[in-house]
Amino acid sequence: MTLSILYSAFLLSAIGVVAAIILYIVSKKFYVYEDPLIAEVEDILPAANCAGCGSPGCKAFAEKLVGTEDISELFCPVGGNDVMKMVSEVLGKEVAEKDPTVAVLRCQGGCDVRPKTTEYQGPRTCSISAMVYGGETDCQYGCLGDGDCVNVCDFDAMYMDEKTGLPVIITDKCTSCGACVKACPRDILEMRPRNKRDLKIFIGCLNEDKGGIAKKACSVACIGCSKCEDICPKDAVIMDNNLAYIDPIACTLCRKCVVVCPTDSIIETNFPPKKVKVAKDKPKVDKTKVDKPKEKVQSIKKTTDA
Amino acid sequence: MSEEKIVISASPHVHSDRTSKKLMYDVVIALIPAFLVSLYVFGIGALIVTSVAIISCIVFEYLIQKFILKSEITILDGSALITGILLAFNVPSSLPIWMIIVGSLVAIGIAKLSFGGLGFNIFNPALVGRVFLLVCFPVQMTLWPTPVVNNTAIVDAVTGETTLGIIKNGLMYGETMTTIASKIPSTLDLLLGITGGSLGEMSALALLIGGIYLIIRKVITWHIPVTLLVTMLVFTGIYWLVDPETYVNPMIHILSGGALLGAFFMATDLVTSPMTKKGMVIFAIGIGIITVVIRFYGAYPEGISFAILIMNAFVPLINSYFKPRRFGNKIKSKII
Amino acid sequence: MLKTFPKGGIHPKENKLTSSESIKMMPTPKAVYVPIAQHIGIPAEIIVERKEKVKKGQVIAKSGGFVSSNIHTPVAGTVTKLDMIIDSSGYKKQCIVIRTDQKDETNHEILDFPLKKEIIMNQKDILQHITDFGIVGLGGATFPSHVKLDLKNDNHVDCLLINGVECEPYLTADHRLMLEKADEIIVGIQILMHALHIKKAIIGIENNKKDAVKVLAKACKHDKRIKVAALQVKYPQGSEKQLIKAILKREVPKNGLPMDVGVIVHNVGTIYAIYQAIQHNQPLIERVVTVTGKNIKDASNFWVKIGTPIKDLIEEVGGLPEGTRKIVNGGPMMGKAIKNTDVPITKGTSGILVISSEEASRKEAKNCIRCGECVFVCPMGLEPHLLMNLSEKGMYEKASYEDITTCIECGSCSYVCPSHRPLLDYIRFGKSIVKKLATEKN
Repeated sequence: MTLSILYSAFLLSAIGVVAAIILYIVSKKFYVYEDPLIAEVEDILPAANCAGCGSPGCKAFAEKLVGTEDISELFCPVGGNDVMKMVSEVLGKEVAEKDPTVAVLRCQGGCDVRPKTTEYQGPRTCSISAMVYGGETDCQYGCLGDGDCVNVCDFDAMYMDEKTGLPVIITDKCTSCGACVKACPRDILEMRPRNKRDLKIFIGCLNEDKGGIAKKACSVACIGCSKCEDICPKDAVIMDNNLAYIDPIACTLCRKCVVVCPTDSIIETNFPPKKVKVAKDKPKVDKTKVDKPKEKVQSIKKTTDA
Repeated sequence: MSEEKIVISASPHVHSDRTSKKLMYDVVIALIPAFLVSLYVFGIGALIVTSVAIISCIVFEYLIQKFILKSEITILDGSALITGILLAFNVPSSLPIWMIIVGSLVAIGIAKLSFGGLGFNIFNPALVGRVFLLVCFPVQMTLWPTPVVNNTAIVDAVTGETTLGIIKNGLMYGETMTTIASKIPSTLDLLLGITGGSLGEMSALALLIGGIYLIIRKVITWHIPVTLLVTMLVFTGIYWLVDPETYVNPMIHILSGGALLGAFFMATDLVTSPMTKKGMVIFAIGIGIITVVIRFYGAYPEGISFAILIMNAFVPLINSYFKPRRFGNKIKSKII
Repeated sequence: MLKTFPKGGIHPKENKLTSSESIKMMPTPKAVYVPIAQHIGIPAEIIVERKEKVKKGQVIAKSGGFVSSNIHTPVAGTVTKLDMIIDSSGYKKQCIVIRTDQKDETNHEILDFPLKKEIIMNQKDILQHITDFGIVGLGGATFPSHVKLDLKNDNHVDCLLINGVECEPYLTADHRLMLEKADEIIVGIQILMHALHIKKAIIGIENNKKDAVKVLAKACKHDKRIKVAALQVKYPQGSEKQLIKAILKREVPKNGLPMDVGVIVHNVGTIYAIYQAIQHNQPLIERVVTVTGKNIKDASNFWVKIGTPIKDLIEEVGGLPEGTRKIVNGGPMMGKAIKNTDVPITKGTSGILVISSEEASRKEAKNCIRCGECVFVCPMGLEPHLLMNLSEKGMYEKASYEDITTCIECGSCSYVCPSHRPLLDYIRFGKSIVKKLATEKN
């Protein structure tokens, strides 16, 4: 009895030793040299593997950062400037400083304002229903409401609003990785600069139809009336194909356009609510609003076309 | 309700009448003749075992889906019903009730739902339940009640051995085939089901009727049952021709035990069988060979349940190696 | 045993309700809406302006490239506007609106249509006419015909196949055309044989159209080079590759064209359009359309001017029946559901199918039970269940390896699936992504 216990214990340890030797030899023989910098950079990166930088994951991005001479083109949108600064310290290379962005939804066509005229049956994904036709409503530019953007968001920064049937972006959680922008077959989501107080003004519509048709399909559609273009003091509004687009670089967030829009299709976020109410009551521009301290609008590369 | 809107969907806009529910209920219909025979042979015991198996399978599926998985409840799609019937068909009619309930729990809970429910299970649930019972309770699972040809008689606990069991034991005690042959039921008895054995594997004729019904209704194709039986026939035939004193007539092999039940109802289970015809043939040959090997050399007299489970494990592999021939694939293209 | 293709295929209920209705002339509509993208390839370029007077048969949009086609006005009248109208793709597309006037002036010298047998044109002129007169494949794919006929030197074509299969349920447009215009079709075949120096032509017809087989066999008696082949009834026999396999036993290679196996396939409708263009100088401005549906009162076949709104046609057959829930442009297997009845008839519209509420809705998709039915019926030898999973999970490289791009989108897999899974929806999506990735790579 004792002997057999000893025997098995001995056998097992012998197997262990042999295996250890083999493992050691193999690991020596097939050792691949890896720049220790890569591991170091990878530790700095957020490890979200969101592919927002263009590389398939954080490790690949770290390799790219270490391997490339000039890394001023490379940027980690999730980590932002802080992370890039740390990377710069580690690698001793110059990095570009970019301004933080946030995804915005350029469609306000919820169920209440954009009536459904047909019923779609089939897989509930935007990408497939966009292949079949222009959507359940009469607007073929707006949100399809099947939530592809919500599904690709790795950061739980989006959810579908059940009442309106539109996705909602939780600005605080958005890391501007750009996954939703790529997922949307309609290019409704756009990356726009986010300043300290997250003030944004943009056209919440992409409808290129003529005014009457657009208005009929959706009561908050941009009808291409050009009123915002006329009133904008900085020429930040561009009219194209019956549709206005606010250039985030030129816009100084003066909010004049919001008031003149006849269909309320211009969205403003995080402005003090009280003043907005005053502005809406009076058609003319309120003085308090104009005098408001202007936020410094920084340059930002546009991620989507107008 | 609001007015009905025009429906938009991608083509095709028509659909055949086949639904998975209909397929399931066709299988149930095909099992009825075998059930009637067992009812005739074993009396009330068969009814009790079958109904307990069905009810417990459905109840377990409901409970697990409702309280553990919290998913959609699919007890009405007929798959739990079939699992219950097949499980009952694979056990002796004298099996204690609590054992069949345990078997149902294993079949539904472990073999089916833990893999993801209908369509995702790798192994045939009823067979997993059956093999679990066979391994845990070998005594009760091989205690076959003698057939009650007279309806009024009550099933007693007298052990009537299965045909394959008689052969195996006989060979073990060194009897010759002629002595053994006198003990086993005649071919006609095997066809009609006047023999010992599990509940549903009694009558070869009833199983054949059910199997042919399934083929006519296009629920299954002929590939698996025919290949399986032919493989068994050929394999046992070779042994028999070489040494008729040790090996029994191949017809006995086909008609006895679970061969027909397995060939028509277990191996052809849509979920756990290959999806191409080539793959089905390979699958069935594998089952045939393993079954015969277990019957000849294994500890158990019958091996088709093990054989099917073993081949079930190979199905993903078969599916990825035996693909249908792509149209235009073998000819050199000028474009590429 | 009649010929057919060997692998896969289904037999849906034929429902050919209108096969005994002769083709009626649809009156000229008040206004036509002519889309500029009626064919596969580059959309045509508009060459008319607002308020311009146009004569019937005049070119209003010019071919935008090689794989493109001219578009002619089907009516005489005035261009009222250039507008965006939803077409059968479900999206708004550019189209030309023309208000019809009463004069009905024609641009071309369109003769009264007696059968004209002698072929006087030379080969080059014939091909030029087919290019100029906007002939596209009328079977549904709307592939510009001149591209198919543009033979390179290394293509040795020895057989012309005429597709009179019409395997889609409900549709009878080709069937009626073959019955009523048999002689013209034979002349059309002779024109193509003359132009391409082909010595053999076979007309493939499914055997549920026995009368058409008879009529055409009689019409081509005098020409030994043309034969009629009756085929077993099986969907999707009307697909080019399946038809070639069925009749000639030749297999078009993967990613190949019929030309690679020495065959050119044309639909009977296209052949008739070619006959009209060559012998009577008529551009492609009208076509046969089946308007059908189980609840339609006077379902029938019509000669319809391209650009006629579908609602005019539906008016003609007694209006939309009560409880209509789906309107399909094309047949039930491959047609597209349309959003409203303002959609115009295009060159590719072979039928309008109206489906009532009981049949319109899809059933809820259940788990795949791995029955393998989709694998059995796929005529291309694909595994639809696998392709659907791959494209659902975004594994496009694997899907490409599994030949997702060879799918002909016949819909047989979705038709048979007992769990009502949207197989084709996902495969079509995966296919488009794989194709896009492949073009990006190159």
